[in-house]
Amino acid sequence: MSRLSALFKQKNERVLNVYCTAGYPHLNSTLEVMASLQKYGANIIELGMPYSDPLADGEVIQTSSLVALDNGMTIDTLFDQLSTMRQTIHIPVVLMGYMNPILQYGFEAFCKKAKSVGVDGLILPDLPLYEFEQDYGTIIQANELDFIFLVTPETPEARLRKLDQLSSGFLYAVSSSATTGTDKDFSKVALYLERLKSMELKNPFLVGFGIKDKASFDAVNVYANGAIIGSAYIQALSKGKDVASTTATFLEAVLSH
Amino acid sequence: MHLFNESTNYQQPSAEGYYGEYGGAYIPEMLYGNVETLKTQYLQIMEDPAFKAEVEALLKDYVGRPTPLFYAARLSEEIGAQIYLKREDLCHTGAHKINNTIGQIILAQRLGKKKIIAETGAGQHGVATATVCALKGMECVVYMGEKDIERQAPNVARMKMLGATVVPATSGSKTLKDATNEAIRAWINEPDTTHYIIGSVVGPHPYPDMVARFQSVISAEMRTQLKDKIGTELPTHVVACVGGGSNAAGAFYHFLNEPTVELVAVEAAGHGVYSGMSAATTQLGSTGILHGSKSIVMQTKDGQVVEPHSISAGLDYPGIGPLHAFLYQSKRGTFMSATDEDALKWAFHLSEIEGIIPALETAHAFAILPEMNLKPTDVVIVCLSGRGDKDLATYMQAMDFKK
Repeated sequence: MSRLSALFKQKNERVLNVYCTAGYPHLNSTLEVMASLQKYGANIIELGMPYSDPLADGEVIQTSSLVALDNGMTIDTLFDQLSTMRQTIHIPVVLMGYMNPILQYGFEAFCKKAKSVGVDGLILPDLPLYEFEQDYGTIIQANELDFIFLVTPETPEARLRKLDQLSSGFLYAVSSSATTGTDKDFSKVALYLERLKSMELKNPFLVGFGIKDKASFDAVNVYANGAIIGSAYIQALSKGKDVASTTATFLEAVLSH
Repeated sequence: MHLFNESTNYQQPSAEGYYGEYGGAYIPEMLYGNVETLKTQYLQIMEDPAFKAEVEALLKDYVGRPTPLFYAARLSEEIGAQIYLKREDLCHTGAHKINNTIGQIILAQRLGKKKIIAETGAGQHGVATATVCALKGMECVVYMGEKDIERQAPNVARMKMLGATVVPATSGSKTLKDATNEAIRAWINEPDTTHYIIGSVVGPHPYPDMVARFQSVISAEMRTQLKDKIGTELPTHVVACVGGGSNAAGAFYHFLNEPTVELVAVEAAGHGVYSGMSAATTQLGSTGILHGSKSIVMQTKDGQVVEPHSISAGLDYPGIGPLHAFLYQSKRGTFMSATDEDALKWAFHLSEIEGIIPALETAHAFAILPEMNLKPTDVVIVCLSGRGDKDLATYMQAMDFKK
């Protein structure tokens, strides 16, 4: 059983997935950030591979990506950093990134290497369904990596079911069609999440885009199995004193009862 | 490898938008609905007689089409070939860009959209978009790199005068690539009401094909006009500059499946192809994904997109449309390049010997004529894609330098 499946078997509500950018705030802070997230209560880590042109990301994550690139982060460097990851990180780790750097690395080599360092799954927002079915899906599956598709409030039901079928681990429910870090009115999102819940999908679903604090985390957990926080955490890191105390404060606030 | 094959239909990408291995739609799920709607409807809308009639009427009475095909006698004598100029510089707003924006704004109306967004580099596409939005009473937001806003002030003023909002793209390198990113993000955030008018033959399918079709009026007219002048529709060569490649796609379109016509695409070499300050994408790039399609992209070995350089903001783009990538790979197209210096020299030379001040982008297409080893029997059409008014500041600086 994959680490993600095992996690959801044991915990199927209020699952917290936190996004961080590899190589941010410092080139060698990747593992420190991940360890802090694990220590202070994150259940999944979504590790972003920085890209020069991140189309689906808002300003906060774009900025962190550019800082990480300026710091010298590359896929090679990231895999070096992750080679000892499983000595300390025991929660699922999902890599998020864009297709172009992965194509340059070599898609198959990338999947092999990701698997070998202990990565559990991939989120690639600009790898659409058609291309996944044509070329890439079999490579991902052959390397026993979970693949997480995004769905939006506008995704038609038949397509949503197909994306659910082809996903494993979990399904990424974008709260509304928007880039990351955009404020959303959750009362409008509730109907969509209720519909998702009633569909009895194959995968658990986590809500992302616009989740930033305890209130928004609690709001989506009425319907979802959990949520993904990205921009708000990166923003906290950008202002915080040090990684550990910033992460502790941030996650304690989100997870408080 | 795809080699030049006479049975290939270069005009028609696959159902999923592929020209050979290039094209496709590498877009986040948030854009799926909009792009799918376009994909399933664009051909139907474009082939509707009422739509065609509306576009044709505006191209005639508003844009001023057909644009003349002009025999450049002095240039012909100097080069030693028969050289014709397709005068897209005489279009309303000063360049070919409006052929596409006229088509897309009517298409956007058919799709029930209320708001238009666009990206622009030099500002020509932004002005052409702002113009048709004013014409049709639609809200218009143009994304433009912060750096380009500084260096293209007259076009920024034009867009504002036409009622458009110009939003500076402050991310990344603050030029055309980033303006395109910002426009795509804006579209992701407001997909229902908004249509994105992409200005070149780039972006996810169906944009490259749709824009090529709207620009194909250029080569359709070339064929008729050349026949009137010399009794044959087919020149030996068609020459056009290429950034993303919209004027080249339009100029090549009706010759793509005519193997006797050599199609010459001229990229911007900047300070020299291998100087590190260049925008010659086919020479420096490799297969990659940028702005939603697979094509040839200028990038680092780690797959980060690099910032190109060209004196002309319109060619200052690290990618190229997938059709052109396929023309390059299949060798159907001949790809050449011209430096900043040569383009500048030819902007002045064309002004002096033909009385036409071309845009800096267009000047690149002329700069390679002496290197083409043309014969007196060759019939060459150069796509004079835009006029030089917008580049006067650069030309004035060059004149000061000459003194």
